[in-house]
Amino acid sequence: MNPETPKKGTDGGDELPGSDGHPMDRILRMDRMPHIWCPGCGLGTTVSCFALAVNECGIDYDKLCVVSGIGCTGRAAGYLRLDGYHTTHGRAIPFATGLHLANPDLKVVVISGDGDLSAIGGNHLIHAARRNLNLVVICVNNFIYGMTGGQVAPTTPEGMKATTSPFGCLEHPFNLPYLASSSGATLVARWTTLDVRQMVNTFKKAFMKKGFSFIEVISPCPELYMRRNKLGDGLAMMKRFQSDRLVKHGADPKEADLGATGKILVGEFVNLDRSTYADAYFRMVSQLAEAKSVRKEEAKPGGKSPAQAGAKAPEAVGEPKAKPRPAEGDREGRGPEKKAAGTPAVATSPP
Amino acid sequence: MVSAGWVERIKESSSEAKVLPGILRPGAYFFNGDEAAAEGAIAANGRFFAAYPITPATEIAERCAARFPECGGMFIQMEDELAAMNCILGAAWAGAKALTSTSGPGFSLMMENLGLGIMLETPVVLANVQRAGPSTGLPTSVGQQDMMQARWGSHGDYEIIALCPDSPQECFDLMIRAFNLSEQFRTPVLLMSDETIGHMTEKVIIPPAEEIELVPRRYTRAAPGDYWPYVPDEDLVPPMARAGTGYRYHVTGLTHDHRGYPDLDAEGQHQLLWRLKNKILQNQKKILSFEMARMDDAEVCLLAYGCSSRVARSVMELARERGIRAGLLRLITVWPFPDDLVRDVAGRVKAIIVPEINLGQIVREVERAARGRTKVVSVPHAGGGLHTEPAVLQVIEEALR
Repeated sequence: MNPETPKKGTDGGDELPGSDGHPMDRILRMDRMPHIWCPGCGLGTTVSCFALAVNECGIDYDKLCVVSGIGCTGRAAGYLRLDGYHTTHGRAIPFATGLHLANPDLKVVVISGDGDLSAIGGNHLIHAARRNLNLVVICVNNFIYGMTGGQVAPTTPEGMKATTSPFGCLEHPFNLPYLASSSGATLVARWTTLDVRQMVNTFKKAFMKKGFSFIEVISPCPELYMRRNKLGDGLAMMKRFQSDRLVKHGADPKEADLGATGKILVGEFVNLDRSTYADAYFRMVSQLAEAKSVRKEEAKPGGKSPAQAGAKAPEAVGEPKAKPRPAEGDREGRGPEKKAAGTPAVATSPP
Repeated sequence: MVSAGWVERIKESSSEAKVLPGILRPGAYFFNGDEAAAEGAIAANGRFFAAYPITPATEIAERCAARFPECGGMFIQMEDELAAMNCILGAAWAGAKALTSTSGPGFSLMMENLGLGIMLETPVVLANVQRAGPSTGLPTSVGQQDMMQARWGSHGDYEIIALCPDSPQECFDLMIRAFNLSEQFRTPVLLMSDETIGHMTEKVIIPPAEEIELVPRRYTRAAPGDYWPYVPDEDLVPPMARAGTGYRYHVTGLTHDHRGYPDLDAEGQHQLLWRLKNKILQNQKKILSFEMARMDDAEVCLLAYGCSSRVARSVMELARERGIRAGLLRLITVWPFPDDLVRDVAGRVKAIIVPEINLGQIVREVERAARGRTKVVSVPHAGGGLHTEPAVLQVIEEALR
């Protein structure tokens, strides 16, 4: 392999191949254009809204990471000129978890589809929400598996046809905002790809939010969902959005069920604050460190006795004080002898 | 509320060649293999641990849960092994030295994203404390039945590095080596322990920190804008860039070119796959490790690894007492398989005897490498216990008859 010289990248949009100096060049990989998405699909709109939100809220591009799974939406990470990770099917959230917890200064955004996040990745979604990890999850819901040719998804409305539900979907679809909020997400919203301003505003809010944000974006899939179900083209879905969507901020996500027809509840349903996993973890770390320094103080000759340490100490030390210290050798370097848990060592006789 | 200096310390865990504070005081300790592996991870500057509890690997997670917070490390128990494996990949890209631990059923779940780790060229360590399977099998009893899964378990074609410890001391030592190899070759490395070694308690010497050699991550020296994530150095290993440092790279599990962009044709696949394979194979000499005992005059070779090598060693002594010139070849690096070494041994002995706690996995590699130069005899064991010495001795006697 004899690679060509790498081209200029960061912040020099006009230096990138294929660039015409458009303001979006700073955040889009113009050398990856044209994208793979179909005419009428809402993914371009969603990525545009994401880019606008990033530009408008002034977040540091270098501290923004985008992670996606597999599928049409999964390709979004590849078009954004950020640290981007295109992972395996359903696993964007755990990958993002690692990025975030190893470096909490990063803002990590997951952009993926309904199948990726709620079927194969459903377990990760609910647990990330429960832990209140400081992540933004943008879930583009087009009611179908698009990349693989239009198979039934956990979001496909009952009765709708897909290649693997040729006689109509038999299952009740997920109400994703309800799933996310009942799992513990602290910001939950839904917009359609018609609601570009609202979407941008919610994205901005999510970028600044500390906690788990889940934003569902309802998007048309004209080629694989709508055509098979004789629902018209992408524009027809946008018209449905216009007539059927009902903006209701603070609505109970329970009411956000989606059908093939009927109202589409949109808005910011949940916005609350609670401690994140990282907050709790670092609180524990500082309590442990404090407890250790108290112990050192006590151990010093002439140091304060536990009683003298004052009323403050127990409060500062808290729960972890009761925890036995992990093995540490004494002065002779002899570690505490611990019995092996589980099966005892099998007798073998090394020479 | 991020602890002061946290991000800096995580960065140091991968960028520093020196051992960071957190390692135990030097001296002799009494640890089981799992605990020793956890301490080895801390000694190697492992500062990010994600796993799902599973017998007989749980003690690794338990010890990391207690030790990582005070060492400036992150611990998280994930919802399953799929998540655990992915989580450590993400952590590695953010600059951490990261590991996970599991056993058979969890190892199966980790296979998917072991492949992602190989494809993204992510340095992480996966410790598998093997138990007997298939399926739930014998959850608390020993097996060495994941050796071929270690080699071939994720879909697609790749090379892997796997090390097999034969004692708690080696769990400590090889955990450090596993981290070093993962950094050197920018690839996931497997520590293939087993229930016997994991639950065996022995003396473990923790050396002084300054005596431990660590391989720091190969971070790029290129300026942001002049960097692509998959332009390899001469040894075929590409330098890495940490998330959030302005490089703004893209990486993907799809077949990709040097830019990290999808390159979805036969030519792109050819380029990438052969580089991933060759970066391990061309550097095989730096990866191989083994131990030979009494092989100078041996007429028969016991070839073993992990807990089985402890039985093989005493069988060797028994055989010697009976006048059979037996020797031991203990594989420490099992993958990549030491073809040349085994071929050489095969030319010098009347038989190679391979006791392993499976129905014959590594013996296939031995047969392949020996190329018919000598008799290769499998001593299978279905799992749940170790071979008995007389049984192995009998196989030797029959092979020499």
